[in-house]
Amino acid sequence: MAKKKSTANVSKDELLSFYKEMLLIRRFEEKAGQLYGMGLIGGFCHLYIGQEAVVVGLEAAAEEGDKRVTSYRDHGHMLACGMEPNGVMAELTGREGGYSKGKGGSMHMFSKEKHFYGGHGIVGAQVPIGAGLAFADKYLGNGRVTFAYFGDGAANQGQVYETFNMAALWDLPVVFVIENNQYAMGTAQQRSTSSPEIYERGKAFGIPGEAVDGMDVLAVKAAGEKAVGHCRSGKGPYILEVKTYRYRGHSMSDPAKYRTREEVQKMRDEKDPIDHVRDMLITGKHASEDELKAIDKDIKKIVNESAEFAKESPEPAVEELWTDIYAEVV
Amino acid sequence: MATEILMPALSPTMEEGTLAKWLIKEGDTVSSGDILAEIETDKATMEFEAVDEGVVGKILVAEGTSGVKVNTAIAVLIEEGESADSIASSATPAPAEPEPSEATQTPVAAPVQARVIEEELPEGTTYKTQTVREALRDAMSEEMRSDETVYLMGEEVAEYQGAYKVSQGMLDEFGSKRVIDTPITEHGFTGIAVGAAFGGLRPIVEFMTFNFAMQAIDQIINSAAKTLYMSGGQMGAPMVFRGPNGAAARVGAQHSQDYAAWYAHIPGLKVVQPYSAADAKGLLKSAIRDPNPVIFLENEILYGQSFEVPDMDDYTVPIGKARIWQEGDDITLVSFGIGMKYALEAAEILGAEGISVEVIDLRSIRPLDTETIINSVMKTNRCVTIEEGFPVCSIGNHISSVLMQEAFDYLDAPVINCTGKDVPMPYAANLEKLALVTTDEVVSAAKSVLYR
Repeated sequence: MAKKKSTANVSKDELLSFYKEMLLIRRFEEKAGQLYGMGLIGGFCHLYIGQEAVVVGLEAAAEEGDKRVTSYRDHGHMLACGMEPNGVMAELTGREGGYSKGKGGSMHMFSKEKHFYGGHGIVGAQVPIGAGLAFADKYLGNGRVTFAYFGDGAANQGQVYETFNMAALWDLPVVFVIENNQYAMGTAQQRSTSSPEIYERGKAFGIPGEAVDGMDVLAVKAAGEKAVGHCRSGKGPYILEVKTYRYRGHSMSDPAKYRTREEVQKMRDEKDPIDHVRDMLITGKHASEDELKAIDKDIKKIVNESAEFAKESPEPAVEELWTDIYAEVV
Repeated sequence: MATEILMPALSPTMEEGTLAKWLIKEGDTVSSGDILAEIETDKATMEFEAVDEGVVGKILVAEGTSGVKVNTAIAVLIEEGESADSIASSATPAPAEPEPSEATQTPVAAPVQARVIEEELPEGTTYKTQTVREALRDAMSEEMRSDETVYLMGEEVAEYQGAYKVSQGMLDEFGSKRVIDTPITEHGFTGIAVGAAFGGLRPIVEFMTFNFAMQAIDQIINSAAKTLYMSGGQMGAPMVFRGPNGAAARVGAQHSQDYAAWYAHIPGLKVVQPYSAADAKGLLKSAIRDPNPVIFLENEILYGQSFEVPDMDDYTVPIGKARIWQEGDDITLVSFGIGMKYALEAAEILGAEGISVEVIDLRSIRPLDTETIINSVMKTNRCVTIEEGFPVCSIGNHISSVLMQEAFDYLDAPVINCTGKDVPMPYAANLEKLALVTTDEVVSAAKSVLYR
C-alpha cells in the first residue's frame, strides 16, 4: 500500500462529490447496522464501512453504460452507481419498495437501469458472470466495460482462474477488481492465500495487473482510468488489486476474534478514506468546517429518509411469492 | 494362415458404420500401423490401422458400403506365398437378433392394433427422415439465422464439429464469433454464458455430457435459475443448456447418469428431454426462444436414430406439453427420452397379448403436463412410469404422487415406477444391462398393475 496519499490536482467539485458519495455509503451502512440490531433487517448483512474509496474511485472512472457486478457485500456498489438509497434500504428490510420487491435481500439486488448485475451470494460466482457481461458487450460491439468485483477470499476460487484464462483468450473488456480487505471472512490473507500479491496472479494468463491503495480515492480513480482505458481499447482484461480494509465484521454476527481492536483502530485513525478527502478539502481551502457539516447533515437526512421509507414500505403482497419465477413466453 | 480384419467399434455406442474408403488394395503388403481404411461412424470419419502383418488377400466389403456391422470381416490378410483363392466370402454373419422375450411367445389374447396418434399439422405437410443429431443441428442453425444474439459455446463445438457431431457444419456457416470452442472449464464457461445472457445474448451452452455439467451446476442453479426471482423480475437468463444425458454404453459410473430429476427439482428452470427427432427439433427451437433457462437433455444412443420430421420452415413444439404417442384403454405407460424406447417395446409386446396400451411421451419434465397424464389414467385406471434415472426421488415418484393426489379414485392399482437400479453404473456388459431399466421389467410391471 502506498505510504503517502495522493494530493494530485483535483478539482473542488470532484473532491466534494467523492466526499459526499463516500459519506453516503458510510452513513447508510451505519444505519443498516442499526436497523439490523432492531430486527428490521434479517439474515446476513455485510457492511462496506472502510472500503468506500474503492467503489467511489472506480465509479469515477466508469462511463455511462458500463456494467458492474459484485459479491454479497454490495450496498456500497449500489449507492456508488447511482441506485436510490430508499430502494436499497427497503430491500434490506424485505419490503415491496426494495429493488427486488423484497425478494432478494441484502445479498441479491439488481438494477437493470443502472447496469448493476448483482449482488451474488456464492463466493466467486460473480467473476465469470462479469466476464460474461463483457463477452456480451464485445459480441454486440458496444464499447462498454464491465467491473467484476471480488474479494481476496474469492480470489482463491477455481472459477476465477477459469475466467482469467477465457477473458485473456478472448480479450474480454473486463476489469477484475480484487477488493483485498485482508480477511476472507475471519481468515487473514497470509493464512489463506499462498502469494501476497494477488494482482500478479494474472501474469500466468498474460493479464496485466497492479495494486493500488484502496484507502485513497484519487489513487483508485487514477488506476481505474488506466484499467478501463486498457479494456476499452480492445486489449483485453485488466486486474486491479485494491488494498482496503473493512472496519466492521464479516457479517453482523462476527465475533471479531481473528484480529485485534487496536489493528482496526489504527486503520481508522491513520488510513480512513473519508478523513483523507475531508483533510484535502479543508487544507486546500475548498470547503469550510461549516460547509462540511452542512453536507453531513444533508446526508444524514437522506439516510434517515431511506430508513423511514424502508420501515413504512409494506411487505410484498403474498401473491409475490409466485411471481418472477418464469418470464412469460412472448 | 489367413487373418480376418474385422469392422472395428470406434466409439462406445457404435454398432455399425460406413466403409468410406480403402487405402489399400488386394495384393498389397501391410504391416502393423499402416492405415487400411477410413471408416465413417455417426460421430466422425476415422482412420483404421492394421494390427497384423501380411498381404491383403481379399477385400470383402467394398468401399462406400454403409451399415457394416461391428465385427463383420471386411478383409482377409494372408501370409506371403499363400493363395487368396481359398478364401470364400466368409464374412462373419451379423449378430443374431436377440431372442424374442417370453411374452411374445405366449400370447394370451388377440393382438391389439396400436392406435398411433399423429400430430396436428397443416394439411399437406411433408416429412423428411432425419436423425436426432441432424434435427438438433437444424434447430440451432435455424434459430441462429433468425436471431443474431443466439450463439453456441462449448467444448469441441466448432473445429472438431461437435464431440457427438451435433454442431457439424455450424462453424462454417456462422463463424468463430458465434460457434465458440471453450477450454475444458465447465464452471467458468457456464458462468460466462450466464453473464452473457444477463447482458442481452441468448447463449446455447453445449455440455459434452451432462455428467460434466456437475462442475457448473452452481452457476446453472444459483445464477441462471434464481436471478429472475431475486431481481424482482428485472433480469433473467434466457439460455439453453444442452448435451447428452444418461447412460451411453460401457462408459461406467461417472459418465452414465440421468439428471432429469436433479434439474426438475429447481423452480426457475425448464427441463425437456425429447425422444423423437421431430420433438428434438421443435423443442430445441422453443427452448432457444424461451426467455428462461432451459435444460435440454439429449441422449447419445438416440443421436443416430432416424424419425420423420415435419418439413416446415418453422417447426416448433411447445414446452410443457406431453405427446400421446399411442392411444389405448387398459393401461398408461408414461416415459420420456430414451425411456420411450422401453415403453414402446413393452407396448408392442403387451399389444400382441391383447392389452391396449396408452403411451405418453412427456417431452417436458418441467413444467410437467400433469393434465395429460391424469386424463389418461382416468381412462385406463393404471399407470407405469419408465425412466433410466435412479429410483429415489425420481420423476416417476413425482408422477405417482400427483396421481395419488389428483386421481386417487381412478386408480385400480398402485403406480409402479420402472427406473434404473439404485447402484452406480457398472462397467461390465452384463451388469450394465441389469442396472438399466429393461423392456421385460416394463412388461412385467404392466402385467402386475393389470393383475395378470
